Amino acid sequence: MAPVLETRGLDKHFGGIVAANEVSLKIEKGARHALIGPNGAGKTTVVNLLTGVLRPTAGKILLDGEDITNLPSHERVRLGVARTFQINQLFADLTPIETLGLAISERLGRGHDWWRIVGSDPSVTNEIVELIERFRLGDVMRERTGILPYGKQRLLEIALAIACKPRVLLLDEPAAGVPEDERHDILATVEALPKDVTVLLIEHDMDIIFSFADRISVLVNGSLFVEGEPDEVARDPRVKAVYLGETFDG
Amino acid sequence: MAKLAARERVAEAILTILFDGVAYGMLLFVLACGLSVTLGLMNVVNLAHGVFAVAGGYVAVVVVNNWGVPFFAALPIAFLAGAALGAVLERTLYVHVYTKSHLDQVLFTIGLVFMAVAAVDYAMGSRQQFVQIPAYLQGQFNVFGVGIGRYRLMIIVLCGLLTIALQLILAKTRFGSRLRAAVDDQRVARGLGINVGVVFGLTFAFGSGLAALGGALGAEILGLDPIFPLKYLIYFLIVVTVGGTSSITGPFVASILLGIGDVAGKYYVPTLSSFVIYSIMIVMLLWRPQGLFSRSASR
Amino acid sequence: MPLVPDPGRRLALEVTSFLVRRARWSPLELAFWVIAAASFWLFPQKHLILTEICIWGLFALSLDLILGYAGIISLGHAAFFGLGAYAAGLLAKYGWINEPTVALVVAGLLAAAVGFVTSFLVLRGSDLTRLMVTFGVALILGEIANKFSDITGGADGLQGVEIKPLLGWFELDIFGHVGYAYALVVLFVLFVIARRVVRSPFGLSLQAIRGNPLRSAAVGIAVNWRLVAIYTLSAGYAGIAGALLAQTQAFASLEMFSIERSSDVLLILIIGGTGWLYGGLIGALIYRLLQDQLSELTARYWQFWIGLILVAIVITGRDRVGRWLAPVTRLADEIARWRPWTARAAPTREAP
Repeated sequence: MAPVLETRGLDKHFGGIVAANEVSLKIEKGARHALIGPNGAGKTTVVNLLTGVLRPTAGKILLDGEDITNLPSHERVRLGVARTFQINQLFADLTPIETLGLAISERLGRGHDWWRIVGSDPSVTNEIVELIERFRLGDVMRERTGILPYGKQRLLEIALAIACKPRVLLLDEPAAGVPEDERHDILATVEALPKDVTVLLIEHDMDIIFSFADRISVLVNGSLFVEGEPDEVARDPRVKAVYLGETFDG
Repeated sequence: MAKLAARERVAEAILTILFDGVAYGMLLFVLACGLSVTLGLMNVVNLAHGVFAVAGGYVAVVVVNNWGVPFFAALPIAFLAGAALGAVLERTLYVHVYTKSHLDQVLFTIGLVFMAVAAVDYAMGSRQQFVQIPAYLQGQFNVFGVGIGRYRLMIIVLCGLLTIALQLILAKTRFGSRLRAAVDDQRVARGLGINVGVVFGLTFAFGSGLAALGGALGAEILGLDPIFPLKYLIYFLIVVTVGGTSSITGPFVASILLGIGDVAGKYYVPTLSSFVIYSIMIVMLLWRPQGLFSRSASR
Repeated sequence: MPLVPDPGRRLALEVTSFLVRRARWSPLELAFWVIAAASFWLFPQKHLILTEICIWGLFALSLDLILGYAGIISLGHAAFFGLGAYAAGLLAKYGWINEPTVALVVAGLLAAAVGFVTSFLVLRGSDLTRLMVTFGVALILGEIANKFSDITGGADGLQGVEIKPLLGWFELDIFGHVGYAYALVVLFVLFVIARRVVRSPFGLSLQAIRGNPLRSAAVGIAVNWRLVAIYTLSAGYAGIAGALLAQTQAFASLEMFSIERSSDVLLILIIGGTGWLYGGLIGALIYRLLQDQLSELTARYWQFWIGLILVAIVITGRDRVGRWLAPVTRLADEIARWRPWTARAAPTREAP
């Protein structure tokens, strides 16, 4: 079965710095694939390359067999690749309703409509409602995103990616910076993602990874180090050596 | 025989253009280098830089024409006036906009320009004014058939010395290294114990002083009137963006190129000269937004 | 009405009403335009200055579209203003188009076309680069107008412009009565269109782009094309404002391309506030009236006070100035919600 997302020999050089080196990934449809590695290993770089924020120095990216290496970011979103950011990238002046409405309108091809009023389309509003219910943003949906508590912003961050109805979802440390009592919401959302959506998850928290992922790739200094099923990777002595000195968050 | 004469004339024309262009360019450099450093150092878009030039120019006018102070004594007076004005404005006004957005800085400095233009108009009138230059600087002498203007020669020599002095200060003195450190990375510089605020203040004052000196020197060539800050704003901006903000050599080369280009343009295509300059500027900005000479920005 | 509406439906209603209320004309807005229309009969002596206010307001509105909604700082928006003015002036002077309203539209389209072409220049680069590129474009257009002086009159300005009666019927009189009605109608029509645009999904995407271009691309917005579109529209609006000036004054001059005019319109928009469309109109009102008052006091140095106001606004903080208006907007909301037939526990204070 052809992988839904594949990279072949992906390289990224910044002058003398090698951020990604011959990264070749194959992610199957419906997979729950985790990308782990020490800080600075290049995990976010890989996501940036996959989403078009960075152009690779060499290599190819294929989505369902189609070469998307040279497509701009917004085109990749239209083809079904969405992501969340490690640090929230939201629209501080817009409310969650407007934020989600924006993504949904774009996806439905209504984004360039300059005449219709936002909110006059019931299909858009219904989807907004569905997402607000699912992510429990009802009590803050009318507030400016900029003043929302961090946990709610994080939920919105994920909801926004989901609003794009992606085939492939790239989650960059979704639970990062979220206080303990709000983590559960985030994790439950990640668990509840539809089975046909392929998920690539970057995380440091090993508990999340082991409960969620069916396959793990380990990235060290820009290169793919080890790949395999969770138990294999957990037992691998080389992985332990790489993480020596790092505490595993529980 | 005739061909030789024609070629001679072309050579003369080129040499004259080069000479005038270099003089113009050096003047632009002295005027604009303060702007380049403050942009690189404080990331402040200061559209009011020309105000300090005008201050220097008019101080020179008053001091030389009305009080009879000798020309070369008036130059340091103009410098000090500009530096003092810069120091005062920096501590009282500019310090409030360091952390604001570029739009706010643009609006703020435009407001200052409005105020300055009106104030100068009120105080000195709107006619173009000239500094009385001493007799030995007037006129020109002939070198191999090329007319060398004395005033322009003085400018080249003086500004050349200034540039060398600036480079030495930056490279050899402790203040220079502190300044370079602060331009490179403000946070790290602070962490090293460098009093960035003092560096800002002194640099701003110095840059304003230089602009004032340039204004005093330039009154003869560029024309001194209340709207000078607006008239020459685009030239200052060109020097700074083309030359980049990470060195002195960048703006220096950019100024010389601009000076020669402008003089050549006015000579060869007088009807289109400004058009050509602005178009080249736009093309340059789009091709290399970070300037011709800056190293790739780490910011 | 069911006693306990199901939560899903209730949420849907809340979301819809939130979005719809965003777009509805508030009573203050309606009052504004009613007063504007009434000013025609209330201030018959002031029509000339009111026409100028309409034109500045439209020009500032055009700048708001790119600055307030898309975050593009332009120091050369007068390029399109001047272009529209000269287009309208030339069309009339050489009799190429005799009907002023048609000429107005043509001038606007021409400005929009130039805006489209130059929009690609402002997509790249930092704020400073954009500033300089827009500045440069205005300088270039001004130079062109200067150089072709046999057609444009050069530094003397475009003379001998004769504007034929509007729609073949309404002659532009020297007291400016017809001119004001014309300017006001044009302003209103263009305002309504602009309002529709900014409340649309397209307008929302512009606000997203202004706030976070990285995220906008990550939700599928083709950022550059949206910017090209709004820049083009903005240029067209600025061109129409310039054309209005040329038509109501039967004159065009190089000053219309100048950095002073670009700075003035920026100032006007900032006084009124960016991002809410009325900022340009209110700013124009304040600016022009202030100019009138200050000119009486200090002749040609009134610009000093304008500069001072601008400096003061920036130092105080533009959002803080906006917050001073908050009580007014809150009062307006109160008025809008007041319904005399609703039973209340305590008597409400009558709105002043």
